[in-house]
Amino acid sequence: MITKEKVEHIGWLARIEIDEKEADTYAEKLNSVLDYFGQLDEVDTDGVEPTYHVMDVVNVFRKDEVRKSLPQEEVLANTEHRQEGNFKAPRIM
Amino acid sequence: MVYDNPDGVRIGLEVHVQLNKLNTKLFCGCSTEYHDDEPNTHVCPVCLGLPGSLPVINEKAVEFAMKIGLALNCEIVGQTQFHRKNYYYPDLPKGFQTTQYDYPIASRGKVVIEGEDGERVIGVTRAHMEEDPGKLQHIGSIEKSKGTFINYNRSGMTLIEIVSDPDMRSPKEARRYLDKLRSILDYLDVFNGDLEGAMRVDANVSVFGGDRVEVKNISSFKGAERALLYEIMRQKNHIRRGGKIVLETRHFDEARGVTISMRTKEEEHDYRYFPEPDLVPMRVADKVPDILKTLPELPDAKRERFNIQYGIADMHARALTIQIKVANFYEEVAAEVDPKDAAVWVADILKGELNYRDTDVDAFKVSDIIEIISLVKQEKITEQSGVQIIRTILDEGGKPQDIVVSQGLLKVEDDIVAKAVEEAITESPEAVTDYLAGKEKSLNFIVGKVMQKTKGRADAREAREKVLARINK
Repeated sequence: MITKEKVEHIGWLARIEIDEKEADTYAEKLNSVLDYFGQLDEVDTDGVEPTYHVMDVVNVFRKDEVRKSLPQEEVLANTEHRQEGNFKAPRIM
Repeated sequence: MVYDNPDGVRIGLEVHVQLNKLNTKLFCGCSTEYHDDEPNTHVCPVCLGLPGSLPVINEKAVEFAMKIGLALNCEIVGQTQFHRKNYYYPDLPKGFQTTQYDYPIASRGKVVIEGEDGERVIGVTRAHMEEDPGKLQHIGSIEKSKGTFINYNRSGMTLIEIVSDPDMRSPKEARRYLDKLRSILDYLDVFNGDLEGAMRVDANVSVFGGDRVEVKNISSFKGAERALLYEIMRQKNHIRRGGKIVLETRHFDEARGVTISMRTKEEEHDYRYFPEPDLVPMRVADKVPDILKTLPELPDAKRERFNIQYGIADMHARALTIQIKVANFYEEVAAEVDPKDAAVWVADILKGELNYRDTDVDAFKVSDIIEIISLVKQEKITEQSGVQIIRTILDEGGKPQDIVVSQGLLKVEDDIVAKAVEEAITESPEAVTDYLAGKEKSLNFIVGKVMQKTKGRADAREAREKVLARINK
């Protein structure tokens, strides 16, 4: 059962601001999603391997060969917050 | 003697090893050689976590991980895969770390260390692959910092996290475990341990069966030992005062040598792992036989071989096999001189001088140590002079022969004569008695013996004087 508090907590974890009214709405919607998945629990899955990936493909690798990185200017192009080639963030402890 | 672990100490270690000998990062082709370069010059859309980018696993990284797993006697599971570990912190550009969760590539291994009371087996819970986060740097001091610089050059580097069972009973055993791990990893040639951040340690420690405390921010092996010593003392004192140890994460302050509670929010452990949809699973267990063939002779096996092949003391065999470089150096020396002499000179003398100067065996030539050992063996120089030559080479450079001449170390000739005189006199008690009774000619017999023993290298007049001086003493 998803409570309003739980929605707010999840919102915080995902750094999404959710106001009180929204929290009520999301709680209701998330509960209905969970109910739906609850129905899937009724299916007998004995002896079925868990699906970790939707495609039946394994071992997709690349060789250990260097490819060109982006120029520093392009790396930093999406931010104003930069200094001496670094991204700049607020003080973090 | 059995170690009874009076404080019920249990230590488990999590060691992050950066596979910096790979050419590229774990999921993209960015070069791993960023250590001397400008910030944010070894990044691409993948390791920067830009939308629409797609990670592809570095095959060599998987091979290295398997090598490490097998060297730690782990099982390689049939199917392994990556998960997303979700948390927000600026060193993670994507908002999650790609790591392994319930199917790590290697699990249930073991490492043998020299424990408090003889050999001890430390269990390896698991070894899994993950990506390194970027690097944060505070602008100015940590207290007055106005902001943080973020450099993503490290982001996406391959890490292997090796998690041990809580099998260590003292900071010393923890240190031995770390040293052993480093030794094995050096043998495997998968990383350069001298580069910044190549091995990072987190420690879990509990006393008297209480809750464990995690200590983070340990920057060296010595630091690990100090952090653990402090933390064990802190926990014991806390319990003695009636306190209770609670599950928490503490931060090691290297400068002050103390651990500080980080009072982390509970939320931080709410990682919401889920399978990484951008990466398909890996089935690599069938490669195990091939990888096993590429494994070098590891430290324990090499030590045993040295014992048998060279007939040297186990103490020497162990000291010589910690670093593969030293082991190879020793074998080259042992091929030219008596392996037992070689063991003493390399393990006891040369290693001591190298450690004292905080340098390694690369700083010394195999041919030089062979020459020094030979000079000592031929009694052309004393052992003490041999040590002096090693020191001179390390401090000022030069060749053994030249140093022998420039420092006049060949005066050993005197020692040879002195030794011959001693022997000649002990071997000729009758001649000595005769001489003392007045038969001057008996002296010639003894001097002749000295000349014989020194193969004529001694000066006859000098030898005569020496014999006289010795007898009349």
